Amino acid sequence: MRDAQRDYVLRTVEERGIRLVRLWFTDVLGNLKSFAISPAEMENALNDGMSFDGSSIDGYGRVQEADVLALPDPNTFEVLPWVDSKSAEARVFCDIAQLDGTPFDGDPRQVLRRNLDAARRQGFVFYVAPDIEYFYFAPGASDGRPVPLDHGGFFDLTTTDITSALRKETIRTLETMSIPVEYSFHEDSPSQHEIDLRHTDALTMADSVMTFRFVVKEIAAMRNVHATFMPKPLESVQGSGMHLHLSLFKDDVNAFHSEDDPYNLSDTAKSFMAGLLRHAGEIAAVTNQTVNSYKRLVPGFEAPVHVSWARNNRSGLIRVPVPKRGNELATRIELRSPDPACNPYLAFSVILAAGLRGVEQGYELPMESDANLFEMGDAALTKLGIEQLPQSLNDALKMMESSSLVAEALGEHIFEWFLRNKRAEWRRYKTHVSQFEIDTYLRSL
Amino acid sequence: MTSAGMLAVYPDTPSVELARTLDLSGYSWKGVATPEVMNRLQPSDGWMGAIVSCDDDPDGGWAMCRALRRLDQPVRRILVMITGAQIGDLEIRENLFDDFLLTPFHPRELEARLRHMFYNELTAPSSSVVEHAGLRLNLETYQATFGGRPLDLTYMEYELLKYFVQNPGRAFSREVLLSEVWGYEYFGGARTVDVHVRRLRAKLGEEHAHLIETVRSVGYRFGASKWSG
Repeated sequence: MRDAQRDYVLRTVEERGIRLVRLWFTDVLGNLKSFAISPAEMENALNDGMSFDGSSIDGYGRVQEADVLALPDPNTFEVLPWVDSKSAEARVFCDIAQLDGTPFDGDPRQVLRRNLDAARRQGFVFYVAPDIEYFYFAPGASDGRPVPLDHGGFFDLTTTDITSALRKETIRTLETMSIPVEYSFHEDSPSQHEIDLRHTDALTMADSVMTFRFVVKEIAAMRNVHATFMPKPLESVQGSGMHLHLSLFKDDVNAFHSEDDPYNLSDTAKSFMAGLLRHAGEIAAVTNQTVNSYKRLVPGFEAPVHVSWARNNRSGLIRVPVPKRGNELATRIELRSPDPACNPYLAFSVILAAGLRGVEQGYELPMESDANLFEMGDAALTKLGIEQLPQSLNDALKMMESSSLVAEALGEHIFEWFLRNKRAEWRRYKTHVSQFEIDTYLRSL
Repeated sequence: MTSAGMLAVYPDTPSVELARTLDLSGYSWKGVATPEVMNRLQPSDGWMGAIVSCDDDPDGGWAMCRALRRLDQPVRRILVMITGAQIGDLEIRENLFDDFLLTPFHPRELEARLRHMFYNELTAPSSSVVEHAGLRLNLETYQATFGGRPLDLTYMEYELLKYFVQNPGRAFSREVLLSEVWGYEYFGGARTVDVHVRRLRAKLGEEHAHLIETVRSVGYRFGASKWSG
């Protein structure tokens, strides 16, 4: 099978006159990295990998040996649709290995592979479908503040035309890159959009999220628009989340589905949810990895704040969507905390690990919280045993630090590096004197 | 010239001139000593043709011609080689050969006769191209086009589409598609098929997405049966 795939890629490079093949991989923070090789090098790359100096990549640095190998995954080979066919280019995602061929533990894609393998040993395939929100802003205002397109006035067409044209073009491009779109719409906030992707296995989806962010930004940039996945770019309107619809399949059967349950949730689904709830605080630093992420997770903006679940309550951490009647394949749960600035490989890894821990150890699912938790006082919440998600990156890092579950899921290398890097980010933020402080204190104190 | 199929050559030790001409012209051939050997060596897609020398051993030669015509996949391109004195033998055996050549022969003449005899086999679209309603897959170069425009597919999308195009009008369950297209190495489960069908439909475009039809409680069918109205 691998030989046939290799052959397929090499023939396509030749037949389509590909001039450049871009090798894509991801750093620990979730930034897409790339280097290009000529078609002549492609056969070598597929057989033996391409070595490069990893020390310049965030989270790849090691003490002894800087060089690592990029091994193209031939099944992810795609011709890039936005490049002129005269100078056709293609991309392929890579796994990163050490020079002796063993998986490099600083590579997020290898981390997800390892976690998916663990699930597979229990017979589970992990499916993910994200709803991704983002903003379009007009190109740089002088003070660096984001200017929503709706107030931008840069264009002859109305902004509705511009943004829906952008979104249409983006979806067309995604579809030609094997990323099917389920729905898309203009969100409530000015210039905010949402695109929902159709479920795939988690590895394919993590690749798709990387491609998605790149395509959205690229297509916008071609029209001199800035697209951002920053979780909370505007203070007064809701931020951008990446709700994840999750399910586990065992062979061809949805392991989350049961006919006997009023919500059609199987015991597996319930203990998976219980795992997510119990470990929600520990994995938050990975699913919400920026200082800014925690400004989205506040009451009043449809973002979750409390560690709770409900059938149809958007203030909870987990929602159980009502599937179409009789469609047992569609039984799933929706995790509402992650934001689109996360590293999808690492986020899917810790989410799966938390859920599977619940399944392995048979965690009991707490009671549903269908009341609006935002209207309840802290005392009432404590009485119900409902905790809050971490309030800041600092809180989240503290919880992550003491989590053996997250350390195991990420592996020591990434666990350590991530904590070090994010603590530094927090320190930079903590020492920053903000406009808020100037406005509030400078005159009055 | 490269030839698409295999020639049977009788007897199994052909003259040096014949062997050299065949090799230089790029034909693939196998010497066959008896009808039994010819049967046994028959390629799975049948012999493309045969060259039977009747000049030394006319009885053995004509017997070979009969055997070639009696195969399940009868050989329809038989060139017999005879001496000028044997021309009369052709009269009652019209059904056993398609062309003849007098020995001793000139290599250029043999080449020309072969080229003429196998014109269709060598120039017609070979079986390495499959087509359906504007969709064209070249199985040798792995390239797919729709209405002449290239269709960029990942390897598994290509393999699935190939299977559909090679089996139009038949409904397949997800399980069958999974084992036929992905093979047993694959662990992902039948949902993988849905994912890839959805991607293929998107790449075929809205107007042609219906080429891959969902068959309720069965699976998928490519290109509706032409008799189904």
